[in-house]
Amino acid sequence: MHIVVCIKQVPDSAQIRVHPVTNTIMRQGVPTIINPYDLFALEEALKVRDLHGGEVTVLAMGPPMAEEALRKALTYGANRAVLLTDRHFAGSDTLATSFALSQAIAQIGNSFGVPDIVFTGKQTIDGDTAQVGPGIAKRLNLVQLTYVAKITSIDLSARSITVERLSEGGTQVLKSQLPCLITMLEGKTVIRRGSLDDALRAARSAIVKWSAAEAGIGDITKCGLRGSPTVVKRVFAPTPREKKAVQIDTTEKRVHDIAEEVVACIFTHQPTLQHELTSAGSV
Amino acid sequence: MTKQKFDAVVVGAGMSGNAAAYTMASRGLKVLQLERGEYPGSKNVQGAILYANMLETIIPDFRDDAPLERHLIEQRFWLMDDTSHTGVHYRSDDFNEPTPNRYTIIRAQFDRWFSRRVREAGATVLCETTATELVLDGRGKVIGVRTDRSGDIIHAEVVVLAEGVNGLLGTRAGFRKVPKPEAVALAVKEMHFLPEEIIAERFGLTGDQGCVIEAAGTISRGMVGLGFLYTNKESVSLGIGCLVSDFAATMERPYTLLDSFKDHPSIRPLLAGSEIKEYAAHLIPEGGYRAIPQLFGNGWVVVGDAGQLNNAVHREGSNLAMTSGRIAGEAISIIKSQGRSMAPENLSLYKAMLDKSFVVKDLKKYKDMPALLHMNSRNYFMTYPQLLSKAAQNFVRVDGTPKTEKEKATTAAFVKARSRWGLFSDAVRFALAWR
Repeated sequence: MHIVVCIKQVPDSAQIRVHPVTNTIMRQGVPTIINPYDLFALEEALKVRDLHGGEVTVLAMGPPMAEEALRKALTYGANRAVLLTDRHFAGSDTLATSFALSQAIAQIGNSFGVPDIVFTGKQTIDGDTAQVGPGIAKRLNLVQLTYVAKITSIDLSARSITVERLSEGGTQVLKSQLPCLITMLEGKTVIRRGSLDDALRAARSAIVKWSAAEAGIGDITKCGLRGSPTVVKRVFAPTPREKKAVQIDTTEKRVHDIAEEVVACIFTHQPTLQHELTSAGSV
Repeated sequence: MTKQKFDAVVVGAGMSGNAAAYTMASRGLKVLQLERGEYPGSKNVQGAILYANMLETIIPDFRDDAPLERHLIEQRFWLMDDTSHTGVHYRSDDFNEPTPNRYTIIRAQFDRWFSRRVREAGATVLCETTATELVLDGRGKVIGVRTDRSGDIIHAEVVVLAEGVNGLLGTRAGFRKVPKPEAVALAVKEMHFLPEEIIAERFGLTGDQGCVIEAAGTISRGMVGLGFLYTNKESVSLGIGCLVSDFAATMERPYTLLDSFKDHPSIRPLLAGSEIKEYAAHLIPEGGYRAIPQLFGNGWVVVGDAGQLNNAVHREGSNLAMTSGRIAGEAISIIKSQGRSMAPENLSLYKAMLDKSFVVKDLKKYKDMPALLHMNSRNYFMTYPQLLSKAAQNFVRVDGTPKTEKEKATTAAFVKARSRWGLFSDAVRFALAWR
């Protein structure tokens, strides 16, 4: 069984600071981490491998320094790491990223065996779009299982997989065919600590580095800034809200009175809302 | 599980560990370095000043790519009382040389660079891996280490203990005792963000020039201690440290000392408008020559802070760490190349080489200083700074008092505080300890 896990090196959002003078985001010196959701994806992939045998390949796209994240993934126990790095990829939005990653996954298939499962995290903590996973699935024509909390079982002979998927209404139990793409939620799983052998192997092994051409990407115009229709208009630090939340004392009051007070309070702070609602005749 | 065997395992990736690992790896030894932090430098705390010579001996071209903050052109020594400081400033254009002598650095960045060089030299570096135990054979020879990762013992011909002031491996194995409270200082520091141009303006600096303030006096509230302020590119590091035994005796809290130091009228304006970026605390070996433990044994050597190799009088530590690491690495490489074993009689070469270096010579010079300061701390850190401040104020304040009366008043204040005999014996004892 061959599993590919897509990971991204992201700035540790808990440690991003805003420059006190220029009010811009200070990227310099901010520690990087593996996107936390991707770690759950990796852990799930390693568990599947440990149970059913096979190999886990981790894939990342990014600048040369993203090698650190891949090496860390090897320390956790992944078998192989591929870094997709090329200045042509600079400035990629989710469309261009999912294109490049899907091409690389196809190339990984050619070189190391066609994957049975492709994992991504639910979303990254720096972009928060949750678009790249589904984008890869669409391009590779894979069944997509998003927001998966747990893999219940895999039947290799029947080539089927059963997962628990969180939806707004509750938990869905889904059975699907392999190959598929899974985007993982943060689970209750404890992320493993790699063994000494894994750590030593990770420290010593070379990371496979592919340029766009080496990943088999012919059409460079679909990559990087050129392949990205998304435009960032402005980056800013939101000013802290000055108004504090209003607290309403609910002791010794009837529910009706509390409701009256809440509505009155909302309308005091949102006069236009009151106008809109009353003119529509809904109150 | 595969059996892992190395020529040398280095425990710790601070200054001494990196120097040792680099030295051995670049001489062709198979080296494994273990670091408990997420990356080398993530757990390492220092002021920090880098002394170029000692690094240059190890990595001659370090200036090409090491992350250096500022080269130091000015040193200020301050004796402080509660409202004043009396200072000696030394600033020289000579320090604007092509290969400057001292730099401020930020260890979290610098150690990463050093570690990259260690890896490029051929060593294997494992982070987030804590060495938990030394493994000894039946005859008491260290044959390897155990880690907190699952798996077999890591075998090594020699283990270099670069585990820092509080290193547990060596103390657990009984190779040395836990440092006594009077032999370690607890220092707390903060890093304050300030724009580059404001630092330049406040300290009179241009480009990469830097300034250092080192201060003693009532800021340590009678304890043996020192405050400092170092300029980095876009931040200043400041901190204060005192002996652990003094903290224990006085029940003073380190952070309140730092708060008062920051709020001192001489320091406050230098920090105005700054934003605190990080804070840290660290133990510093201060025991000097008399506190140095056994530095080598059967299959092991100790380097850096773990060996108490720190010159508290000159506030030098990282250079002693680097040099002891380098010398240990060289000694081990020599023994290895001669095909001899890592037995104590062979590893004694490390101690012999270290004795000939400035490391042990300097520590020997000040061997009586820790005891003297400890015995007499109230006088040296409270009485004299206060007297000096009064004397200086008396000298500069113009109020119509005849000068002879002023001088008499100053002398009388010294005599009243310490008596003639006390002044004489303090001076003699200090001079003897310095000698």
